[in-house]
Amino acid sequence: MSVEYLGLSSINGPLAVLEGVKGAAYDEIVEMDVKGSQKRLGRIIEINNDKAVIQVFEGTDGMALRNTRTRLTGHPMRIGVSTDMLGRTFNGIGHPIDDLGPVNYDKLLDVNGKPLNPVSRKYPRNYIRTGISSIDGLTTLIRGQKLPIFSGNGLPHDELAAQIVRQASLGDNAGNGDDFAIVFAAMGVKHDVADFFRRTFEDSGVSSHVAAFINLANDPVVERLITPKAALTLAEYLAFEKEMHILVILTDMTSFAEAMREVSSSKGEIPSRKGFPGYLYSELASIYERAGIVKDINGSVTQIPILTMPNDDITHPIPDLTGYITEGQVVLDRDLNAQSVYPPVSILPSLSRLMKDGIGKDYTREDHQDVANQLFSSYARVQDARALASVIGEDELSDTDKIYLVFGKEFEERFIKQDSDENRDIFKTLSIGWQLLGLIPRSELDRIDTKILDKYYVPTSINSDNEIVAVEKDNMRL
Amino acid sequence: MDSTMTNKLIHSEYKEPPEGAVSGIIFSINGPIVKTEGNSGFLMHEMVYVGNEKLIGEVIGLTSQASIIEVYEETGGIKPGELVTGSGSPVSVTLAPGILNNIFDGIERPLSEIAKKDNAYISRGVNVESLDTKKLWDTHITVKKGDRLYHGSVIAHVQETPAILHKVMIPPDKEGTVSEVVNDGKYTINDTLVKIILNDGSTENLSMTQHWPIRIPRPVLKRFPASVPLITGQRILDTLFPLAKGGTAAVPGGFGTGKTMTQHQIAKWSDADIIIYIGCGERGNEMTQVLEEFSELTDPKTGNPLMDRTSLIANTSNMPVAAREASLYSGLTLAEYYRDMGYDVAIMADSTSRWAEALREISGRLEEMPAEEGFPAYLASRLSSFYERAGMVQNLNGTEGSVSIIGAVSPQGGDFSEPVTQNTKRFVRCFWGLDKNLAYARHFPAIQWLTSYSEYLNELAPWYTEMVDKKFVDYRNQLVYLLGREASLMEIVKLIGADVLPDDQKLVLEISKVIRIGFLQQNAFHKDDTCVPMSKQFKMMDIILYLYQKAKSLIHMGMPMSILKEDGIWDKVISIKYDIPNDKPDMFDEYKKDVDRFYESVIEKNA
Repeated sequence: MSVEYLGLSSINGPLAVLEGVKGAAYDEIVEMDVKGSQKRLGRIIEINNDKAVIQVFEGTDGMALRNTRTRLTGHPMRIGVSTDMLGRTFNGIGHPIDDLGPVNYDKLLDVNGKPLNPVSRKYPRNYIRTGISSIDGLTTLIRGQKLPIFSGNGLPHDELAAQIVRQASLGDNAGNGDDFAIVFAAMGVKHDVADFFRRTFEDSGVSSHVAAFINLANDPVVERLITPKAALTLAEYLAFEKEMHILVILTDMTSFAEAMREVSSSKGEIPSRKGFPGYLYSELASIYERAGIVKDINGSVTQIPILTMPNDDITHPIPDLTGYITEGQVVLDRDLNAQSVYPPVSILPSLSRLMKDGIGKDYTREDHQDVANQLFSSYARVQDARALASVIGEDELSDTDKIYLVFGKEFEERFIKQDSDENRDIFKTLSIGWQLLGLIPRSELDRIDTKILDKYYVPTSINSDNEIVAVEKDNMRL
Repeated sequence: MDSTMTNKLIHSEYKEPPEGAVSGIIFSINGPIVKTEGNSGFLMHEMVYVGNEKLIGEVIGLTSQASIIEVYEETGGIKPGELVTGSGSPVSVTLAPGILNNIFDGIERPLSEIAKKDNAYISRGVNVESLDTKKLWDTHITVKKGDRLYHGSVIAHVQETPAILHKVMIPPDKEGTVSEVVNDGKYTINDTLVKIILNDGSTENLSMTQHWPIRIPRPVLKRFPASVPLITGQRILDTLFPLAKGGTAAVPGGFGTGKTMTQHQIAKWSDADIIIYIGCGERGNEMTQVLEEFSELTDPKTGNPLMDRTSLIANTSNMPVAAREASLYSGLTLAEYYRDMGYDVAIMADSTSRWAEALREISGRLEEMPAEEGFPAYLASRLSSFYERAGMVQNLNGTEGSVSIIGAVSPQGGDFSEPVTQNTKRFVRCFWGLDKNLAYARHFPAIQWLTSYSEYLNELAPWYTEMVDKKFVDYRNQLVYLLGREASLMEIVKLIGADVLPDDQKLVLEISKVIRIGFLQQNAFHKDDTCVPMSKQFKMMDIILYLYQKAKSLIHMGMPMSILKEDGIWDKVISIKYDIPNDKPDMFDEYKKDVDRFYESVIEKNA
């Protein structure tokens, strides 16, 4: 396979067209020698007779129609994987960039992976304690789940992800440190963001368990298309062959989707919504679906993709299609952030689909589901009361609505808000939940089983020190 | 349909191509679409084997310059110059015992067999048989020598699962006289059971196996109008917006509103005989969940595991897109096959939007002119031909059966004005619109009662009157009326608050709350509430409306709503759904007495 083709017939954006090729395969990787010095990788994305369209990962800068030699490699995009990759940093296509020398690879794997057979999957049930009330209590993260953070520019999604990494990895559920690792993939992120995560990993002492794939905002766009796949290939290898529990952080999926749009448009494809190609859903799915647990294997891939919603619009194709594939979402809210509530989790649109099977008596506590449902339901009532108050004024509200206004404020201040290094256990989270529910008359709590109410409900009020206390005995603190 | 075509042994397992099979040379590859040179002589919708790995594909376009083939597997690694070989027959499914309690991919390859061959992942070009050809089935022959058999006549019985008796039929396009039969005993699906002499004098060997092209509806004798509801045990569906057996329903909703949950609930608790659950472009974990859960849950009617009446088709979102397009048709064909035996079959298609997107993706690769939002212009006609395959029918063999279709729709951005929702609405008669705000407030099922509708109401009214109660339809309409009143009153409340409303209107709000929380809201995780029999649904309505009447007469006497609300009866009625077990309908009498006591006590206190 060492035939070299000299020259190209056209170059358009990240795409190059080569004519007169023999024996090229669809999805095959080619090596391109530019000016006899630089080596670049490309992928064949369309073949028509002897004409191949090649996507050049490192960009087409400096390439001319004459100065390039192209060699077919005969295989699809592969990366080397091994446990030695933990603690190292790579570029978007898996080449080490940390000056620590080459990595010894255990084997080479196709980055596209293969779909997991639903028969071989195991339904995820074990919850991961993140120590964050809004997540643990209301949108519980389950091992093997894909739970994205929907955010916007300027919101603290990176801080939140970092806190999850710190607290989930060091929490009591991590087991011994050896079988836990993080695969971090950055697509089109700013230097500062990449640096922030690097520091976070170092500060929390997990950096020897992190493999980072970094494609910065000024790195070639096409490389971004491979970055999450390379990262997930390593994650799957570590999880299902080395039986480790892997947390994969993908940021920012919006850059990934936009890279796709850029390449699709250079290719002259028919766009569907907002100029994104028709296969955006399938392409996103091929990434997100690479999370899960396999039967009889003691490993897991949990994904926390982060995406910034363009113009905070949750109906934009990227968050929209993501929400249809992932098992829930954690949505961040600009208004809460403006009120300095950290983490600004907007709980009503947030959801964890796997939560119902991973909480309750055998996992967290018997009242968890009921408390969560009631908090959601009551907080939805708060929105109605607030809407009404903005029309008729707070004074005109009914007594019940006034109670809800108080509950809403306290809920945001006490339950959602917490320090970025505060690690609450689930019992603490639930007890804050009960304190808040105590502000509401018992007859309003229609989502909780009577037996659970009998056991846990205590009416509360706020005393002069701004503490929530049980109502009957003012001096007794909950 | 050429009769020789259906009879050939064709399923996804690769067989050497028949004599004289045509082939073409690949010259272009773009995603799931490959093209072969010139006019290769393929038939439209013929199943073909693509490339050296013999990947399965289907011919979707023919010109004199090229044959266009969609490939049901990943096309990476295919090179120009490789061959495409025809199979001589359209893409078909294998129909025989072994379909139930099984899970297949979009072109009827059993995933559990693939898992045995290929461990955890699905590779390309896996060569497995659709159904187990080694397994011996206890067979009881129901015909004897000399019997005259017509299209679709039953020739044998096989107990496929403890719940379902599989009736082996002769293919719909054959008839003849029995010349030879085997004795009752154990046979595989390919053993000859009966020999018949066709009308033209030739002899035909019949086994349990049939093949049927997925895109062609199986013929029926005639269609009946809707007359019997598909009872699901879900109050908002059965009482407010019922679906008829043989009917079609759409469940549209943005992500997180509970489409899949609704589908799961119907698949678990509906009174259909057979469930075909098609996971089309959805999450892998969800299919795993169905598989795990349905194996453990038992069918309330028969006491057997739910999987015994269920067949799953899983084409998850990361599996090849072309097979996703085929998966709906494969599922439909399986459903029609069981309908032909005289069963009521319900299909859950989750989600038809993914299927439409597969159409769009393939259409885009073919560089077809896009219509709305990039979807091809034939979206509407494809959707209509899909939903029109539902129906309550008389089969060729005289039995009656039905196929009901419940299709989930995942509208982009939760916006029901997008093309898939709009076109689906034209062809379904039941619309269960899911609402984001209800889901945010964790009101499940989040079916919005104001926007949903069922066109089957009038056709099903006689059934409800006869089988449940003659007041049923009236009660149902009263509930809907109250909810509608509540919605218009809420408009006022949003502007000026609830305090200024007159007492009779406050009562409407209060009783509507009871209806919403006590009746419409249903807890899928509660052992009694997850599936509620019709009699209890009726009795619940009865109590709620009784309470309303009593409270209304108190208001007319001048009692203020604030006093009425002090009584615990409201909360008590709301929690009927939990407090009265499904098998203790007598307890409702106590509640009626409680309402009377409430009435008396208010009068006493305020007289």
